[in-house]
Amino acid sequence: MDKGLALRDVTISKDGTPLLSVDHDIKPGEVLTVMGPSGVGKSTLLAFITGTLAPDFNASGSVWLDGQDITNAAPHKRRVGILFQDDLLFPHLSVGANLAFGLQSGGSAAARLAKTDEALEEVGLAGFAHRDPATLSGGQKARVALMRMLLSEPCALLLDEPFSRLDAALRAQVRDMVFDRARARSLPVLMVTHDPDDARAAGGAIMTLGEN
Amino acid sequence: MLGPVVAGLWGTFLPAFGHLPAAGITGPSLDPFRDLFDWAGLPRAMMLSVMTGLIATGVSLLIVMLVTAGWSGTRPFRLLERLLSPLLSVPHAAAAFGLAFLIAPSGWLSRLVSPGLTGWDRPPDLLIVQDSWGLTMTAGLIIKEVPFLLLITLAALGQTDAQRSVAISQALGYGRLTGWLKTVFPRVYAQIRPPIYVVLAYSMSVVDVAVILGPNTPPSLSVQIVKWMSDPDLAMRLEGAAGALLQLLLVIGALALWRLGEIVAGIIGRRWIMAGRRGRFDAVTAQVALGLGTACALAVLLGVVVLTIWSFAGYWGFPDALPDQLTWRNWMRHGPGTLEALGETALIASVVALAALILTIGCLEAEYRYGLHISQRGIWLLYLPLLIPQTAFLPGLQTLMLGVGADVGRGPVMLAHLVFVLPYVFLSLADPFRAWDTRMGTIATALRASPNGVLWRVRLPMLLRPVLTALAVGLAVSVGQYLPTLLIGGGRVATLTTEAVALASGGDRRAIGVYGLMQTGAALVPFAMALLVPAMVWRNRKGLRHG
Repeated sequence: MDKGLALRDVTISKDGTPLLSVDHDIKPGEVLTVMGPSGVGKSTLLAFITGTLAPDFNASGSVWLDGQDITNAAPHKRRVGILFQDDLLFPHLSVGANLAFGLQSGGSAAARLAKTDEALEEVGLAGFAHRDPATLSGGQKARVALMRMLLSEPCALLLDEPFSRLDAALRAQVRDMVFDRARARSLPVLMVTHDPDDARAAGGAIMTLGEN
Repeated sequence: MLGPVVAGLWGTFLPAFGHLPAAGITGPSLDPFRDLFDWAGLPRAMMLSVMTGLIATGVSLLIVMLVTAGWSGTRPFRLLERLLSPLLSVPHAAAAFGLAFLIAPSGWLSRLVSPGLTGWDRPPDLLIVQDSWGLTMTAGLIIKEVPFLLLITLAALGQTDAQRSVAISQALGYGRLTGWLKTVFPRVYAQIRPPIYVVLAYSMSVVDVAVILGPNTPPSLSVQIVKWMSDPDLAMRLEGAAGALLQLLLVIGALALWRLGEIVAGIIGRRWIMAGRRGRFDAVTAQVALGLGTACALAVLLGVVVLTIWSFAGYWGFPDALPDQLTWRNWMRHGPGTLEALGETALIASVVALAALILTIGCLEAEYRYGLHISQRGIWLLYLPLLIPQTAFLPGLQTLMLGVGADVGRGPVMLAHLVFVLPYVFLSLADPFRAWDTRMGTIATALRASPNGVLWRVRLPMLLRPVLTALAVGLAVSVGQYLPTLLIGGGRVATLTTEAVALASGGDRRAIGVYGLMQTGAALVPFAMALLVPAMVWRNRKGLRHG
């Protein structure tokens, strides 16, 4: 079985105009960085992989995750995690409930609580479970969003300009944290960005769209 | 929702041409129209319908546009904005009674200045309420349509980039009001056109406000139609149906006239823009507009206040500003009756509003899941049941139901309410529902939540306030329905609104005060809940406080 995320002959077009074509394998623990100016359809590629592509786009090709074709799988069964530039923590849930939302169902209430508390501790936010996410700082929110995603045990990670809203000092810190966690869990990572620093920090292959 | 409308129109069309098998009359014949045209009051009734409709719509639109042009973004405007939803939820009938109690010769305003300023120690002999020109009735419509149009305008403003347009035109030396009218108004008008047509059609064919504030001899066409339709003599229904068809034609004609007016206004407006005048009378116009807007708001608010006073009034002789004593007697006497009517009202309104909410969420969620888009034409379809005058198709629907032997009563009344409630609930929820950040859905899906899980666990909780507001809108619209309850209920379904309007001819101000206040409360309490409940449920959630 081929571990990792594979994009086979993926072509996306809109109204008959081709936007992008990608054919690439991302091995576990590796990062593929997709760069390019805004408007070339970088986020469209991610939407295709998560299964949330708007119907006015046409896509061909296939997406394989750990040896399985997930091109036509239901979006919530793909096991593809994603982080956006905004933390997108659910504003109606506490920090702990946000994490529990991500955590795989099953297990006793106490065991689930232990897992979410452990996750908070891992990113230095012990005791934050009952906080309102809106009261957290930008860096804290980013950390909660990351742990929420990891608790859902994804098999691949997509990053949609995930660090562009953070200020410079925080950016490097959060970036390292995300890449460390992904590597530790052997996740294939696909990152979309327009920041060369992000690409350098990722240390993997770089693909530039919109220059062909 | 078009089904009942089309069926109703068909049920009006047949008897209008002398075909009513239920009464043993078969057509076709033109006799109903001959009878109709023989009615001496017809020209006057037609004119009343057209004039009240056009004037009420025109004046409300003018006030709302000038207030928005002169004041949007300022502190007084925000105050008006905040008064809006409570004002909007006051039912038409209650607002009309309130206005009558304010401006009648023996009303509160005249009491407040008598005998000090006027020297009156008895009410002057003036015909203000139910004046034969329908002016008071027009005023009663204006005070209710101004909040409605203002709310619609606010929603449209959000999509027009108004602030920057005004800033640019001010930088070019235009006054605030003139700049707004020349740059923002055309865009806003294009968006609020459907609700304006609704206001026009509604004002021309309104029944409850006309019964309370309109003239009696002759009454407006719609009131006369309802009289014919409730006549025990089934043959009178033929004349009523012919009148209903005429009413429909009048509304179509008035809409066409309005459209023509739009074109002419467009031509004049373009010339006005090309002429480049910067607006010399902006300050004065803005002041006058704000004065008129405030007067509308005050008329509704003070109307509710005076209803409240009357409901507790003991003896209240003429020039006294306040009653001699306040008493619970009126409430003791009419309380049981109102409670019964409240029960009926609440039952109908809850079922209808909930049904409308479920249908609306279903539509919007399907639109989101399957990537559908509702076109401009779809929007008009949504407005259609509101554009056809109620008097044109409800009598037909009633006749049809009698014809097939269907039972009149609560169930059919609920269905009829749904026709009018659904569009408002949909229009109320559609914008916030669509404005929800769909990346929240993507995230939740990536966290392995199913589509239904996303809806129930993320989207609806986040949209709690707009969902409850839409529900409150639905409840308020249902509470205020007069004609569908009266006609489809066959006179056997007694809600607060039908009971209150029935009191109009009696003139018992204390009873009217009790019923009017209960009616207002039934519409207002849900709005208060729609504000309070989310504030309490999400009191520790800063991110949802302004959403």
